[in-house]
Amino acid sequence: MAKVPVQFRLNGSDRAAFIDAADNLLMTLRRGLNEFAPKYGCGQGTCGVCTVLIDGEPQLSCLTLAVACEGRHVETASGMAEGPNLHPLQVAFMDNFAAQCGFCTPGMLMAARALLDRNPKPSREEVIEAIAGNICRCTGYEPIINAILAAAGAGDQKRA
Amino acid sequence: MARHKGRGMAAINYPIGMNLGGDPSQALIHSNPDGKFTVALSAIDLGQGMKQVTRQVAAETLGVPVEDVYVDTADSDTGPHDMGSFASRGTHRMGNAVIAAAREARGVLLEAAAEELEVNAADLVTDGRGNIHVRGAPSRSITVRATAQAAQFRQGKTIAGRGIFLIPLSAVDPETGEMNPNTAFAHACLVADVEVDDETGEVTVLGMTSAYELGRALNPRMVEQQLVGGAWMGQSHVLFETPEPYYPNPDHGPRDFNEYLMPGPGDIAPYSASVLERPAPDGPFGGKGPGEMCANPVLPAVANAVFNAVGVRVDELPITPEKVLRGIRANGGARPQARRGG
Repeated sequence: MAKVPVQFRLNGSDRAAFIDAADNLLMTLRRGLNEFAPKYGCGQGTCGVCTVLIDGEPQLSCLTLAVACEGRHVETASGMAEGPNLHPLQVAFMDNFAAQCGFCTPGMLMAARALLDRNPKPSREEVIEAIAGNICRCTGYEPIINAILAAAGAGDQKRA
Repeated sequence: MARHKGRGMAAINYPIGMNLGGDPSQALIHSNPDGKFTVALSAIDLGQGMKQVTRQVAAETLGVPVEDVYVDTADSDTGPHDMGSFASRGTHRMGNAVIAAAREARGVLLEAAAEELEVNAADLVTDGRGNIHVRGAPSRSITVRATAQAAQFRQGKTIAGRGIFLIPLSAVDPETGEMNPNTAFAHACLVADVEVDDETGEVTVLGMTSAYELGRALNPRMVEQQLVGGAWMGQSHVLFETPEPYYPNPDHGPRDFNEYLMPGPGDIAPYSASVLERPAPDGPFGGKGPGEMCANPVLPAVANAVFNAVGVRVDELPITPEKVLRGIRANGGARPQARRGG
């Protein structure tokens, strides 16, 4: 099948790839652009590990057609740090031991960043709602919730 | 129709590691010319923190800063043999193997330093900050880095160590049937408070409190992380997860995350865990490690709490609303059990 070109911004840089028109964004990022932060989990939009930001909105890249991202801005966990300086969410995830095996972490970071970008002082319930589509097998969620609240400067809402 | 509160508890003994034909782990340590050390292991860190714990154990035994130790678990083809990362054996088995390897490497390190300082190696101590000096005379010193370089480029010596830790096969006594498959047990007790809805059969975990005795906590924050994560997993096992809901009938099994249910971030119960540190005699610096036992006591404690709340004894996991409702119906209604205390 003939390939089609697609061009979008990825973490601030213009990137282009020739893809099958039916390719999803996740495969385009991983196979076409060597961007491995978004993980392949269930492939059907139920686990959240492939979460990326598209024009600032959290989206499941496994359910997004790559051609639909033409001209848009795609952001992944790889783009969070500025040079050697980690994003405050990344620092909070480390300080709160919010990762164990790490497979859910890139998606969790994207869901959390989308939340804090639109709501810098979320409540505990708002944090829970924001990550409700992201499955974590190791941490029991508590450290992740605490990390996001800590990054928002709302450490007093921590529970465990 | 009402919601009934119930409390259940469970206590467990958990064996660290296993004993199927003997349980060995090996470790190799060598210094690099910059005075840093590489630990080679074949056991894999799946996120439990084994790399961090063995790094601490190696640094403590070698007498060097923890930053100067790198743990390489890359390849079971080329690394020293290990039985693997399972049975909660990492801290105990690999930790002990690393201590053995680090002791041998430290001996060579001090020999090399003694040659440079022209003193007896038995008189040398490390300060844990990258220096080796004569006991009682800190000015008579050499850095670990300079020692590694002298060994490499002048003395022609490898600063290296080999370690193995083996729990040998425990055979069954033909007369008594006795065997001793384990050397280290960890212990825990957990209390679960639940609420059971006698109309829907739904069980909600309101809170859990536990105490764990797991030897010395070599990295307390990572122990806490395992306990918190394991409690969630136990909650998930006891109330939600099963690949075969009508076992042995395979029908109606879940096919994806829409059907394989697990508690989400909004379903987690407040949890408080206390750690009692009683260093284990044969553990690395007294450590046994938590591991799988973080989830284990949750299951019986919640099952007991459900019985306490509505008088239904569910003995097949998970405890689904359907099983609770069938039990209530069989009993002719909810039968809350007596409770002592709050």
